[in-house]
Amino acid sequence: MKYAYYPGCSAESTARDMHQSTLAVAAALGIEMIEPKGWTCCGATAGHQTDRVLAAALPAANLVKIKDMGLDCVVNCAACYNRMKVANHEIATESEIRSSVCDAIGRDYDGSVKIRHFIEVLLEDIGLEKISSAIKQPLKSLKVACYYGCLLVRPPKVVNFDDPENPKSLDKLVKAAGGEAIEWPYKVECCGGGLSLSRTDVVVNLTDTILGMAKSSGADCIAVSCPMCQVNLDLRQQDIKKETGRDYQIPIVYITQLLGLGLGISSKKLGFNKLMVPASNVLEKVEVSSNG
Amino acid sequence: MITIKKAKAGEALKDAVEKISGVDLSVCLQCRKCSSGCPVGKLTKSRPSEIMRRLHLNAGNELLESDILWMCVSCETCSARCPMGIDVAGVMDALRKLALSRGASKQEGNVPLFNKAFLKTVEVFGRTYEMAMITAYKLGTGKLMNDTEKFPTMLRKGKISLLPSLGGDRKTVKRIFKKTKQNKGAGI
Repeated sequence: MKYAYYPGCSAESTARDMHQSTLAVAAALGIEMIEPKGWTCCGATAGHQTDRVLAAALPAANLVKIKDMGLDCVVNCAACYNRMKVANHEIATESEIRSSVCDAIGRDYDGSVKIRHFIEVLLEDIGLEKISSAIKQPLKSLKVACYYGCLLVRPPKVVNFDDPENPKSLDKLVKAAGGEAIEWPYKVECCGGGLSLSRTDVVVNLTDTILGMAKSSGADCIAVSCPMCQVNLDLRQQDIKKETGRDYQIPIVYITQLLGLGLGISSKKLGFNKLMVPASNVLEKVEVSSNG
Repeated sequence: MITIKKAKAGEALKDAVEKISGVDLSVCLQCRKCSSGCPVGKLTKSRPSEIMRRLHLNAGNELLESDILWMCVSCETCSARCPMGIDVAGVMDALRKLALSRGASKQEGNVPLFNKAFLKTVEVFGRTYEMAMITAYKLGTGKLMNDTEKFPTMLRKGKISLLPSLGGDRKTVKRIFKKTKQNKGAGI
């Protein structure tokens, strides 16, 4: 199985752990991931809050490169995934956007490259059965709150990822790895996204609500698939403690990190040492030493 | 009930918002589903359903001063849940665009400056360069000391890079920015 893998900018900074664990899990399951040469930023929230053509042209610059490769595009960052899917949709359905985008990138593009989230590849192309049978170190008794956030599931008609109000994809993967996916209601609430620096107060308020619900639902950790969700939920626990006295100490791990543990990959290789709130409770439960 | 002052000639937002977003504002039922699901609705002075109603009643530029414009997190819960299928988040994007082009005042946090700093690094390097973006934003807002205590740990953990990534196709990205600036008058 071979895919064009778009890492996204955060793979080189805030989400190196997501990037490392994605590649490690892919290798363990026999998935070949090829980075398109010269990939560039998708524009993220700043792009679509500024201009529709810019917001579609930045992803399109990458999608034409992937079209040349003749492969499906795999993305693991929920934000990039969302921007690429929305761009494809607008280019394919709105002729005015398409012509402006093609003029901007200097090439014709029709919005036809298939964009998949890495979770979709795991569930649809590999399958739960194969994943379960590859588990060497089951996530025994680990209670995981799966958190999907916004960008994986919305807008539902465009991204078409799982049930937008009660998605179960991450839960299925946690179960396949031998862990327990807890039932809780804030799977698709928003963490504050790109307001982390500009309106930290808003992000602190929203993450406090989500973390509180996960804690009272009995979670040992929260599994995410978006670098913005990871950073906000992980980094802002210090600020929440300072402002409210509530000290959650809940590790925020990428689903690929958890799956990697289950597949017997060392915690170091999966980037567990990069988390701000240490995941020692997770590693102890799975009986892996933090040195890997 | 919402009552508004009608916009001065040439200042009404309805047509411009409908053109940019492709939304038909008249179909809004005022069921307030968007407002009840809005994660920042508990913090803002006005909520999405109110913005929708004011727009439909022909509000003018004063609406561009609403705090929700720049506290909206673009989570799209409103669009996903609207029973009439209105892309409320798309309306917010259109309002932000108009706030910038019509010179609405800056709001707390100065999100437009953040967006500008973010996109500038993309324009120059082809990929996001957080160090430059954060510095430009902090210098512009004067919030120099925010989060500095977290910085050493983030650097040590490789959560932030000192140097920009230069592997991207910068030529195409520069072209995109140039063309987008030229086409600003296109109105989409």
